[in-house]
Amino acid sequence: MEKEIQYVKNGKRLDGRGLEDLRKLKIEAGVISKADGSCYLEWGQNKVFASVYGPREALPKHIQNPYKALVDYQYRMATFSVPDRKNPKPGRREIEIGKVSGEALEKAIFLERFPNTTIDVYVEILDSNAGTRVAALTAASVALADAGIPMRDMVSAVGVGKAGGEIILDLNKDEEDAPDAVDIPIAILPRTEEVVLLQMDGLLTKEEWKKAFKLGVKGCKQVFEMQKEALRKKYLEAEKETAETENIEMMGD
Amino acid sequence: MANDILMELQTGKIIELMKQGKRIDGRALDEYRKLEIFHNISQNAEGSARVKLGETEVVAGVKMVPGDPFPETPAEGSISVGAEFLPLSSPTFESGPPGPEETELARVVDRGIRESKCLNFEDLCIKEKEKVWIAFIDMYTINFDGNLFDACSIAAMSALMQAKVPKLDKEYRIVKGEYSGKLELHRKPLLSTFSKIAGQIVVDTNFAEEKATEARFSVATTEDNYMAAFQKGLSGSFSGKEIDDCIELAFKKAKEIRKHL
Repeated sequence: MEKEIQYVKNGKRLDGRGLEDLRKLKIEAGVISKADGSCYLEWGQNKVFASVYGPREALPKHIQNPYKALVDYQYRMATFSVPDRKNPKPGRREIEIGKVSGEALEKAIFLERFPNTTIDVYVEILDSNAGTRVAALTAASVALADAGIPMRDMVSAVGVGKAGGEIILDLNKDEEDAPDAVDIPIAILPRTEEVVLLQMDGLLTKEEWKKAFKLGVKGCKQVFEMQKEALRKKYLEAEKETAETENIEMMGD
Repeated sequence: MANDILMELQTGKIIELMKQGKRIDGRALDEYRKLEIFHNISQNAEGSARVKLGETEVVAGVKMVPGDPFPETPAEGSISVGAEFLPLSSPTFESGPPGPEETELARVVDRGIRESKCLNFEDLCIKEKEKVWIAFIDMYTINFDGNLFDACSIAAMSALMQAKVPKLDKEYRIVKGEYSGKLELHRKPLLSTFSKIAGQIVVDTNFAEEKATEARFSVATTEDNYMAAFQKGLSGSFSGKEIDDCIELAFKKAKEIRKHL
């Protein structure tokens, strides 16, 4: 008989985190100079690049919407980002994630200001360990803000769920593989707590859901703080650079 | 085509009525259209069903195919769920490879069945490390008048409930027309889908209402009070309270529908 794994022991998880702890999250805005906006994000082992192009003319013309911009969100995983090489062709999972993630961003963007255009959001997963879709969406939202696209709010996302009978935040792969695992990717607009992305698989009771939702919102708000910080940092650096350039120019005078 | 344009023009009217808590076809907000289920519509399928939900009509069929197990689960079979929007069912559907809508629909129906442990994948093992059953569940639209999520989920479940397991010879080839027994089901998960229109939450939207829908939320529930899958779609949002209300109603509605299976 296989030894049963204890997912939570004395309030600590397999990787030493508490039940409500996020993995280490690092966000950097403005990392791809050719893009209109971009972001690099590391979330535990997950590593993601996101870039935004647009609003630009939607082509072919028949896809244009005369009332608002389209959002085309492409979620892709590099072939080497998973333990067994991934087929480079986008699979059904990637297509579904692209659809619901793009829809989640739509709520945050003032789309009606850019008729007949498309806002193209590309994310590429370089390394993965559970929770890549929420990592990608978090990065994409920073990239959109970095592109200066007018938004109602950020979109902040996190994974929440269940492993070993406990409701926990930000599941890693080991926890996602628990026999009773439930995985709930969730994204909100942090100011209003409106839910813009919500998926779930596993077996969950109503009571467990209520607890998980509360924890998810709390997690999203933590992520939101780091997204803001990443954007702030980029502009502070830009300001510093401008100041330095001006100094050099003045010295030249 | 003319019909569809007319329906899109109804959007304004639908929203106006919805603000007063009324629907264009006079139904209550939580009222499904008439449901009819017809079994065994294809003799060659191991199990099949045709579902009519108001004017929406879909078919689903199960084919059991002996296949190779995944290396990480050598003693487990599997399922594969597909959805196709047939061009014959709507002027808005075109032929071609499955688009994002079809992919999403198939994957959400798949998750409800898979995660509820409706089928025990170990039951689908023929010989460990050698052969397992793959249950292919394929759904086709016949007439598209909204709410394909629930219609397809009902059709898939009905088809599974009819499904028989083919007999195999020593080389694991199917013996045509002979069966070793019924496919055993442990739960009956059903999707319930909610649409937000003008701030109201409604069930079982028709085509015209779907055009006016801001946000969509589906829950797969089981008869033993579990939820097995969520899916939020479209560009609108839900509050936490709205989601809780949808969940409550989902259990109630799925229970009613389960009686028809």
